[in-house]
Amino acid sequence: MALTPRQRARVSRGVQYLIALVVVLVVAFTADWGAIGRAFFDVEVAASLFPDVVTVALKNTVVFTALGYLLALGIGLLVALMRLSSVRVYRWVAALYVEIFRGLPALLVVLSIGVGIPLAFGTLLDHTLSITLALGIVGGAYIAETIRAGIQAVPPGQVEAARSLGMTPARTMVFIVLPQAFRTVLPPLTNELILLTKDSSLAFLLGTTLAQQELSQFGRAALNQVRSLTPLLVVGLCYLVITIPLSYLARRLERRFGSAEKVDA
Amino acid sequence: MIEIRGLHKSFGSTEVLKGIDLEVARGEVLCIIGASGSGKSTLLRCVNLLETPTSGTVVVGGHEMTDPDCDLDVARRSIGMVFQQFNLFAHLSVLRNLTIAQHRVLGRARAEAERIGRENLARVGLAGREDAHPSQLSGGQQQRVAIARSLSMQPDVMLFDEPTSALDPELVGDVLDVMRSLAAEGMTMLVVTHEIQFAREVADRVLFTDAGVIHEIGPPEQVIGNPRQERTRTFLSRVLHPGAKPPESDSPSAG
Repeated sequence: MALTPRQRARVSRGVQYLIALVVVLVVAFTADWGAIGRAFFDVEVAASLFPDVVTVALKNTVVFTALGYLLALGIGLLVALMRLSSVRVYRWVAALYVEIFRGLPALLVVLSIGVGIPLAFGTLLDHTLSITLALGIVGGAYIAETIRAGIQAVPPGQVEAARSLGMTPARTMVFIVLPQAFRTVLPPLTNELILLTKDSSLAFLLGTTLAQQELSQFGRAALNQVRSLTPLLVVGLCYLVITIPLSYLARRLERRFGSAEKVDA
Repeated sequence: MIEIRGLHKSFGSTEVLKGIDLEVARGEVLCIIGASGSGKSTLLRCVNLLETPTSGTVVVGGHEMTDPDCDLDVARRSIGMVFQQFNLFAHLSVLRNLTIAQHRVLGRARAEAERIGRENLARVGLAGREDAHPSQLSGGQQQRVAIARSLSMQPDVMLFDEPTSALDPELVGDVLDVMRSLAAEGMTMLVVTHEIQFAREVADRVLFTDAGVIHEIGPPEQVIGNPRQERTRTFLSRVLHPGAKPPESDSPSAG
């Protein structure tokens, strides 16, 4: 007996619901809910984490991310312009930079900066400076590619119009190309900020004192002191407090600017 | 005003301009006609050096554009250019489109730049649209803003690169009217166009180009009314009577 397409779709959907139901039931009956509750939802432990989890850990995460991101934007813009330069050496240096720091795990970069620079130059870098530098270098490699794509998406006619009005290449870039490029790449730049927020957890490799702890390190340290996994939950929620509004912002920006740049169809 | 000598331009191994000699006097209106791919846009773009000529010299208003020591950014201030695709700055309001170069290139104060911008906006019949964004305007309005943007720099020469080719037919008239009044005011104009009627009516001279050379140049009565060259005649009959069968089929299809 042959099924009509509509019947087939109904059967297929029924099977999918059934599978989902089975998975939920299996988890619900096999998990030890009491243990999970004790492990993750210990109110007393959660309360003991405040206010430090906000005033120290969350604050540090935000500060490291913000500083790192600012540096990354600067590096990204510079490297993007170098990649599009008519000077071959600039293009090579920029391409090399992007390939290296996009290809390496962020963890290696953080370690190299934090441990390598003091060894190589004999000076101890400030903790915040080290992590800012590392995040800026890593984020800059990704942002450079994003900004380059944004610049290349600006129709060449915009440049021709500006140049034929007598604008220099630099003025054309600053007043005509970059403002339009940044609009198109605002959503991916926001996503980059989210990624960097999570990468800031690598500060644990360099941090030592209590005051230097950001969220992840704070959570791990707390785990060693209490017999509960609750700190993970609290710290996780703190990350989401930062990242969910950001991804909401990215979606709004995408709707606002995403397709508005197609001038000449 | 404009003096072109021995102009050659190649893209890779394709030679698009094969030795152009041309002089345009102050206040003259020269219309450039010819089939697609005949090099007429490239010729125009070589005048303000948006394309770098392979060889030859281009002198505009005393600036030798082809001299490597020529400051093109300065020379271009007095050469307006209007594009087929308008190329209004998409992120700026109409008024900012008119003032940004005055402000950033000529160093005019904001108030003065805005006054000149508004004057020119009124000149192209768009007073009151200062705050609109380019995307909110029709193609014909965008093109008139683009003309006003060039005029705000108070240029000595205006270059038009197929200014009406991207427009819906019913919007062409307004743009041509603006160009007509510009010509009447004595602006030196080079116009690459497919509007044969406009060329016949407004041009002081018409230039017919084909395969990278000037085939025929002279007053419109001659080049359009009574062309000497067979090529010109074929082209004109194709443009003027698009549906009709060409008298001879010796050249590839024109667009």
